[in-house]
Amino acid sequence: MDNLVEMKGITKRFPGVIANEDVDFELRRGEIHALLGENGAGKSTLMTVLAGLYRPEAGTVFVRGNPASFNSPRDAIDLGIGMIHQHFTLIQSQTVTENILLGLDEPRFLMRLSHYDKQMEHIGDQFGLQVTPDAKIWQLSVGEQQRVEILKMLYRGVEVLIMDEPTSVLAPQEIDELFKTLRSMIAEGKSIVFISHKLHEVMSIADRITILRQGKVTAAGIEPAATSKAELANLMVGRKVFFDLEVGASEPGEVVLELQGVSAENDRRLPALRGVDLKVRSGEIVGVAGVAGNGQSELGEIITGLRKCTSGHILINGNEITNRSARTSIDFGVAHIPEDRTHVGTAPNLSITDNLIMKKYRDPPLAKRASLDRDAAQDMAQGLKDEYTILAPSIETPTRMLSGGNLQRVILAREISSEPTLLIAMQPTRGLDVGAIEGVQRLLLEQREAGSAILLVSEELEEILILADRIVVIYEGEIVADGVEPDPAKIGLLMTGGSGEPDAERVA
Amino acid sequence: MTSTTSSTRRSFSFPLELQIEPRTDSPRWLAPLVSFVAVLLALVMGAVVLALVGGNPFRAYAHIAGAAFGSLGVFSDTLVKATPLIFTGTACAVAFKMKLWNIGAEGQFFMGALGASIVILAGVVSEDASKVVTLAVMAIAGALFGAAWGFIPGILKARLGVNEIITTLMLNYIAFALVNYFIFGVWSEGGFQMTRTFQRAAWFPRLSDLADQFPIMRGLTTHAGFIFAVVVAIIAWYILFRSLWGYEIRLIGDNPRAAKYAGIKITRNTVLVLMLSGRIAGLGGMSEISGVIHRLQGSISPGYGFTGIIIAWLAKLNPLLVIPVSILFGGLILAGREIQPAGVPRLIQGIILFMLIASEVFLRYRVRLVRRTA
Repeated sequence: MDNLVEMKGITKRFPGVIANEDVDFELRRGEIHALLGENGAGKSTLMTVLAGLYRPEAGTVFVRGNPASFNSPRDAIDLGIGMIHQHFTLIQSQTVTENILLGLDEPRFLMRLSHYDKQMEHIGDQFGLQVTPDAKIWQLSVGEQQRVEILKMLYRGVEVLIMDEPTSVLAPQEIDELFKTLRSMIAEGKSIVFISHKLHEVMSIADRITILRQGKVTAAGIEPAATSKAELANLMVGRKVFFDLEVGASEPGEVVLELQGVSAENDRRLPALRGVDLKVRSGEIVGVAGVAGNGQSELGEIITGLRKCTSGHILINGNEITNRSARTSIDFGVAHIPEDRTHVGTAPNLSITDNLIMKKYRDPPLAKRASLDRDAAQDMAQGLKDEYTILAPSIETPTRMLSGGNLQRVILAREISSEPTLLIAMQPTRGLDVGAIEGVQRLLLEQREAGSAILLVSEELEEILILADRIVVIYEGEIVADGVEPDPAKIGLLMTGGSGEPDAERVA
Repeated sequence: MTSTTSSTRRSFSFPLELQIEPRTDSPRWLAPLVSFVAVLLALVMGAVVLALVGGNPFRAYAHIAGAAFGSLGVFSDTLVKATPLIFTGTACAVAFKMKLWNIGAEGQFFMGALGASIVILAGVVSEDASKVVTLAVMAIAGALFGAAWGFIPGILKARLGVNEIITTLMLNYIAFALVNYFIFGVWSEGGFQMTRTFQRAAWFPRLSDLADQFPIMRGLTTHAGFIFAVVVAIIAWYILFRSLWGYEIRLIGDNPRAAKYAGIKITRNTVLVLMLSGRIAGLGGMSEISGVIHRLQGSISPGYGFTGIIIAWLAKLNPLLVIPVSILFGGLILAGREIQPAGVPRLIQGIILFMLIASEVFLRYRVRLVRRTA
């Protein structure tokens, strides 16, 4: 077989994390090779190494059989490898042609735009990419902008095109367009690396699939025909080592959270939630299973008042909180462990103390009229630091200096110590090491015993299977199953849009 | 074939490379040490420039120090120069703490002066009113006018997302033009571009007013505005670092998404903080005309509002540090009149600022020179 690109033993570290560990990857000429994995599995890192942006600590890249070393993306492009990032690198106020020519040696001085406009149109026709060369970027839809990025690479004579989550920003019909383009590029002899965490897309577009989990390859070069979504989900999510958590039966009480037909849009104004009905009772953990990007983030945000709903009702203990404020949710006792610890959950340059008082600073004993009682704040912070074993030199340490696990403890300490009536836990163990995961899970269980209603959103199916008293499955913004039996195969199918029936029978 | 070219290219590369990693710790002594070394390096660089243009750097530095801090008299003048800087520096620090880039302190300063002048010239207080009443009403008016000049960019940013850098900058010119309208037209004194001198009740008391009791104070120009400025800086510090509101401001400044998550209203604070910032700068304008100029005229500020931006940064956005930094800058401004060429103290100001801002990188990152590995 003709391997155009081979990556051998690639290891890439960042301070405190190993993004890729001894990873091998092969790309054949004329194939669409999907790189599948969860968020943070190391897919993008591996490909940025191939695109010449990162230099690996160990390992070699072979292009057409020769070892290659890249000092910049330009070196990679010289060897015919180009990458399109999730966030486009286009100049909004310039035209399509200007953007494509940007940074090239030709044209030298005079732009002769109309001449190049024709060239762009020609290449566009060749690959089935419809573009208007003299349109300004800001006038284009996201799908069209993506086409410009592809064209940019084709114009540079790229043979290998790496696309990082290309569908995450697209509407469904745009995805169909993109897939057509990718196929016509293959027909012209190009090769494509398709980074994704969406199983159904990978199954429909890829010739071969390589799966990464926590920086390591779990399956290399398997063909879609020889596998199933359930198997892929398993390889992607994996089974982590879990400790013996004593999970007793729950005694659900009153309904605390009730969602009635809630719909909402994502940041791109596309529907993210479609008529969600959901109830969470006190003293129970409801686990929301689903592949990332199916509306879980939006679900968390509408309950905590950070996002508006387009329709439906949200009730907490019978009180309507629909489209009120984040403050209202906090006042009704909703605690929130956010998905994004650094960008939402904490203020990185403020001290641990300042981060711990974030939800309580308005109330006594921290608030004394308009002043903040620093002694009370420090007492509280010191107490929480000890109780939740936050490892840091002092309570004055800025949280940006904490490790992921300790940062999560700061957030947990803050949220759980408020004795919430409802706890929204979004990906509470993502990216943590095994010990920290156990600690977080114990805290969630303790909180359940204390009578909180808990909504647990996790991409770790295993985690949901262990902790949740009731499991619901979310797919494309809809709750497709409520109270499913804890059967991984069945849930895996539901998560990827299947009915969950045939596989379940086989396993049984 | 292509791979050989890239490997030959690498054999030419420099054997050492800079490795920059985020710091995971930051000892207490690090920040003062880094700042100190930065200022020291800046002075060395300034000395090199002075030597290159044929001056004697040691004599130049000694002269600057003498001209600004050499005697009670010049030190008093330094404090007079420092007074408006404390106001504008504090004004900028408050806004910058929330990452609101108010570069309109200059205009807000002018508006404060205008507001205070209206009190006198439009007869809001009578000429016979006591000093306390006159000054109090002037301060309130100055604060209101300055706050209004902060409210406009604030509401535009909060409601429409208009960039406050542009609006605060442009409002400066509107403020200048507005003041010009009054001094060229309405209140022009005999055709000159200035108003009449205010009555004594509108003057801040000066140290020299006490010369009868304390002869040493004779000729000292430091006025009560300095005390006022220090008090305002302390209050601003208390608000920022000890009040609930200040906590919200710092939280929004560091991470607006976290602030939103904590249930804090960002739009409301945008308006309020820009108003507070404008109010403080406006008080500076009032203090300057009441303490130094005693009338409204075109040249009431050689750019105090813009220097305030630099001062706020040098003081690391801490109003308490604004006070000593302003005194230092007041000294440099004063020395600028003594030293030829007058650009030298400005040059030094610029280099110090540059070095201090550049030195921040050492607080956040560990920078090491390492041998390049194959």
